[in-house]
Amino acid sequence: MNKDNMHALLSKYRFQCGILLLLLGLLGLFLYVSPQTFLHRRIYVAFMSTIPFPTLLALGLTLLIVAGELDLSFPSIMVISGLSFATVSQTTASPFLGLLAALVTGGLAGLINGVIVVLIGVPAIIATIGTQFFWRGASTLLADGLALNMTELRDTTFHHVMVGRLFDWIPMQTLWCLAVAVLFWFLLNRHIFGDDVRFIGDDINTARMMGIRTDGVRIGLFVLMGLVSALASVMVCLEMANWWPTQGEGYLLLVFAAIFLGGTSVFGGQGTISGTVIGSIIIGILEAGIISAGLSGYWTRLIHGLVIVISVSLYAMAFKSRRR
Amino acid sequence: MDTILKATSLNKSFGPIHALFDANLSINRGEVVALIGDNGAGKSTLIKILSGVFSPDSGSLQINGTAVNLRRYSVRKARSLGVETVYQERSLGEKQPLWRNVFVGRHLRNPLGFIRVKKEKEMTLAMLRNSIGLKGVGISADALVGTLSGGERQGLAISRAMHFNAGLTILDEPTTALAVGEVGRVLNFVRSIAEKGNSALFISHNLHHVHEVADRFVFVNRGTIVHQCTRAEMSVAALFDKLEQLSMAPLTPDEQR
Ligand SMILES: Nc1ncnc2c1ncn2[C@@H]1O[C@H](COP(=O)(O)OP(=O)(O)O)[C@@H](O)[C@H]1O
Ligand SMILES: [Mg+2]
Repeated sequence: MNKDNMHALLSKYRFQCGILLLLLGLLGLFLYVSPQTFLHRRIYVAFMSTIPFPTLLALGLTLLIVAGELDLSFPSIMVISGLSFATVSQTTASPFLGLLAALVTGGLAGLINGVIVVLIGVPAIIATIGTQFFWRGASTLLADGLALNMTELRDTTFHHVMVGRLFDWIPMQTLWCLAVAVLFWFLLNRHIFGDDVRFIGDDINTARMMGIRTDGVRIGLFVLMGLVSALASVMVCLEMANWWPTQGEGYLLLVFAAIFLGGTSVFGGQGTISGTVIGSIIIGILEAGIISAGLSGYWTRLIHGLVIVISVSLYAMAFKSRRR
Repeated sequence: MDTILKATSLNKSFGPIHALFDANLSINRGEVVALIGDNGAGKSTLIKILSGVFSPDSGSLQINGTAVNLRRYSVRKARSLGVETVYQERSLGEKQPLWRNVFVGRHLRNPLGFIRVKKEKEMTLAMLRNSIGLKGVGISADALVGTLSGGERQGLAISRAMHFNAGLTILDEPTTALAVGEVGRVLNFVRSIAEKGNSALFISHNLHHVHEVADRFVFVNRGTIVHQCTRAEMSVAALFDKLEQLSMAPLTPDEQR
């Protein structure tokens, strides 16, 4: 019985183990190829200051994907929420009010996605392509296409709490991101909300027959994604001391890559928070590893592409998910 | 007699298909009622209305003598009024572990909504031990439903319903995938519902099973209830005759399309 349990546990977590090994292997490789870079704390501090932003987004998106939904508009929800943050914190001189404004903006943008997808019935992939363009356009228009300088926030307590350096070296965004990861782990694995999300992604008709309020849960997920995007945007603005109209644009594919690399099922119903975190770290360290190995930055895209295709193919083979 | 459920002139269409037409049904406390009818007669549609999955186009419903508002009626509402259903198909989350499937939609939880996972797994294991059709060695509360056979799935769905011990248990063709010995246990379970003073609504194509467990037979044909009688009034052979007679009846011009 005990041995069986061990076995079940191992096979249950074999994908998490696999991806963890992949991360360690990559780190080992980078250490071997460019020890001068990877033996220093500096690179890890740099990782901890940049990787949390796409990781936060990936955490929110993981829950949506487990429910069988999708959001392509989060980079644009970031930019419109960031604009709210910049504008409100400049006019009120209170970055905290700015954060609230950003969360309200992101939450509303998520609510709009949710209403279009769930109540009107437009597939998420189409609805969120539309809102993606809309919010990007609206932000650029409202800001006249110009960036907003936010250096005046540099020395505020708010800055230190959100993206400061704990003990003068650990970026606070890492801690916030870990806190959100723990929260989402509990949501997905231990909370009735996560249970509903799983059953909705598994088969929405089953979920309905089992008394799950599918509409409310799905809308809630879009709102949650909006809130997470707003939080990520506020942190990016603070870290860069700047808001700019193309903020978030590079994140879309990286975030998806991290999630699927982490082992969350493309087909819904199953997902892993720890996988998403590790996947985000792998995607985040690849570029630095490639460049410090002496390869040109042009290699990054190619290798990201390879990593995604190979990992998803491996999962597909492992789960035998081929359509028959 | 004491009525637990009374449905009056239920109608339901799916686009052009008039699946249920002026259907009336009442079930007494302590009674097992069987729905009999051909495939496509509207049996599953009727029970899905009773269990809150579909909302009817018109009609009314009383449970325990109180009228329910059919606009607000839902699976949750039905459960809270003591109506528990074993659906014909797709009532389990394939990629989810057994324990989540047992408690889906009604987890044991703390006030913040966190699930009491350990307790639920223990209860699931206890349920598996004296369940129907789940005798496979090594089935654990963490096994995924997708790894179960058809019979095991049906067993799980029935065991789940048994566990919640409802005032009215509805079973839609619960025995189709089960082995002979397990069918006997399901039939015993249905009888035990009545012995406890609760009620059951039972759908099966096997008229021998129907005759064995039901106190009353209700014939459904082309979306409406066409005949009712008690067990005393009808032998198994008579059930067969009646069913054949109904399925031979000519189509009305409207149904010929
Ligand atoms: N969700 C649905 N959408 C469209 N048509 C349906 C749906 N459910 C049932 N029907 C139709 O309603 C009729 C009755 O089906 P059903 O109640 O499942 O019959 P039974 O359970 O007696 O075999 C059939 O013609 C069926 O095709
Ligand atoms: Mg049916």
